[in-house]
Amino acid sequence: MVKAMGIDVGSTTVKIAVINENKDILFKHIENTKPKIKEQVNTLIENVKAKFNNENIPIVSTGYGRKLVEEAKQQMTEITCHAKGIYHTLNHGGTLVDIGGQDSKVIVIDKYGRVLDFTMNDKCSAGTGRFLEHTAARMEIPVEKIGEIALNAKKELKISSTCTVFAESEIISLLAYGEEVDAILKGLHRGLVTRIVGMINSVAFTPPLMLSGGVAKNNAIRKMLEEETGYEIVMPPHPQIIGAYGAAIFALEG
Amino acid sequence: MNFLKAARYFLMTNFIGKPYLRYERKRGERKIAHLTGENSPLNPPLKITAYTKEFVSSHYFKGRYVEGVKPVAWVTSGAPIEILKALGFFLIYPENHAALCGARKVQMDLIETAEKSGLSNNVCSYVRTDIGSLLSGKTPAGKLPKPDLLVACSNICQTVLHWYRMLQKYLNIPLVIIDTPFVYNEIEPHQVEYVKKQLKNSLLPVAERIAGKTLKEKDLKNVIKLSKDATELWLEILNLCAERPSPLTVFDQFVYMAPIVEMRGDKETVDYYNAMYKEVKSRVNMGKGAIKRERRRLLWDNLPIWFKMRELALKLAERGINIPISTYTYAWGELAPLMNLKKDEFEVMAKVYLSPILNRGAGQKLKAMRNMVDRFKLDGVILHSDRSCKPYSMGQMDERNKLIEEFKIPAMLLEADQNDENAYSEEQVAIRIESFFEMLGVSHG
Repeated sequence: MVKAMGIDVGSTTVKIAVINENKDILFKHIENTKPKIKEQVNTLIENVKAKFNNENIPIVSTGYGRKLVEEAKQQMTEITCHAKGIYHTLNHGGTLVDIGGQDSKVIVIDKYGRVLDFTMNDKCSAGTGRFLEHTAARMEIPVEKIGEIALNAKKELKISSTCTVFAESEIISLLAYGEEVDAILKGLHRGLVTRIVGMINSVAFTPPLMLSGGVAKNNAIRKMLEEETGYEIVMPPHPQIIGAYGAAIFALEG
Repeated sequence: MNFLKAARYFLMTNFIGKPYLRYERKRGERKIAHLTGENSPLNPPLKITAYTKEFVSSHYFKGRYVEGVKPVAWVTSGAPIEILKALGFFLIYPENHAALCGARKVQMDLIETAEKSGLSNNVCSYVRTDIGSLLSGKTPAGKLPKPDLLVACSNICQTVLHWYRMLQKYLNIPLVIIDTPFVYNEIEPHQVEYVKKQLKNSLLPVAERIAGKTLKEKDLKNVIKLSKDATELWLEILNLCAERPSPLTVFDQFVYMAPIVEMRGDKETVDYYNAMYKEVKSRVNMGKGAIKRERRRLLWDNLPIWFKMRELALKLAERGINIPISTYTYAWGELAPLMNLKKDEFEVMAKVYLSPILNRGAGQKLKAMRNMVDRFKLDGVILHSDRSCKPYSMGQMDERNKLIEEFKIPAMLLEADQNDENAYSEEQVAIRIESFFEMLGVSHG
């Protein structure tokens, strides 16, 4: 049985997908990125190979650490791999919003799965997963829970700082004024979504709107993005491994 | 004129500078054929590259000894220099000097000096580079001559007004500002009249007083003709880049454009571009491109990233991508037809200096880009969103969208800076460029 592996070495997590010749996912794995990326990736690949009886599986790597994957026969950028991955998952083009730990990107994909346009926010952590992670930590709430809390908030406060660091000071002031945590969290989500909408408006947007990346698991982001854009969001079943899946397809196609 | 200084200028430039730079050029010429090597994706550069270095260096070398010999003016790149040239001024262009510092990668030290003196890092990096050079006295040119006059023209940006006022404060010398109103669609007669009046009533009397002589119409006409001839040749050279494969890359053009900016109005500049035209034409006839395997052709918008020229040139050439033209290099040629020698010189200058791309609406630039895409048979556009050059970068987001949506041309914004390495992120630029290559279907060499 022909197999191929895609590995997406991101700033926050490493994602692996192994597929068969029908592009079905046989195995997937996500773990936090460690400081010694090269060693981490080598061990991961060895473990995956062992699972598949040490078969010689072709690998394509992507993500910020793609060049550290020595066994990869090819390295591709996240833009191209995400486009490939989402197109084969959902069987249509559109506009993909990927909100990752270190950057966020908006990719416009045509009906043949080709990238038509893209934009990236990589200059500033506001507009990335790090923004939420950082501020959630400040309020001592696990990042997985902030979406639900924000969704259930009755009040929404405006966080005017566009910078993660200054937003943190703003939150401290709001807490000092006795404001409720859920209202602050809702405001933070709104801030992130506003920035993403700005990115969507800066590309040649084509519906439907699709969402991937770790932040896609946050329901508040999804709902607010729908509210702000007026488009319903199509979600892939495994939003975090879209890049790795796309890389695996490239590995399969050679 | 001080006799001793004049004698020193004559001796140093003719008996030291000239032979030394000529020797350096000959050494350079011997190396040129082997400069890129067999495995390089680039063909060797033009033979005239070695002379370009001699030519530009000789200008700066003269500058070291010119104080007290000729009147010196520091001017913006879009200043009406023909009047000054006709009065015998020696000109220094701080913008070009800053670019030279960037290309030689000595700019960051100067930028730091300027920032320590209180300039914000939001200020244009050319300004920071040059003010840093002025404060520290450090320059790759050896020494810049102290000016007797400053001339700033607002046709390229508003920053130059503040920049030159700062220079005026430091140097305590006269500053003439030529205000060129923004041209939204067509140039209006009252705008021409307004600029013409400033040239005649503000610039001319001050320049004549400093030069100690009266402007002769014959001299002015002659300088305008030399400016026009060089500009026309530059335009013809650039138009040869419409050929496939293109005989030049934009990175070559960024180097070869130095004389059209800082030495226009000189006879040697016309000779230089004449020789270059012949060499470029012969390359076209031979079908020899600037890069060995030209698979895709792109347009560059905005200033170069001076400190990353070679790396970018190689990165692109490795993938078979050439950039045969840019709005920036073309801007120095496209005004040639406006230089009508039969008309009143001051009116011609007023029109020419109202017309630069940065003094016109974004629609005009978009139109120019669209024409270039057709004329140069281009497959995509890289818009360098230059943190320093706000007037050039403003509107790029809309221009990019229009190129994609209306003209169906792939276009990408590349966030960087002309001179400030702190505003340049290696990995982020790499990802953008690689993604764009993959989008253009040239990911695998």
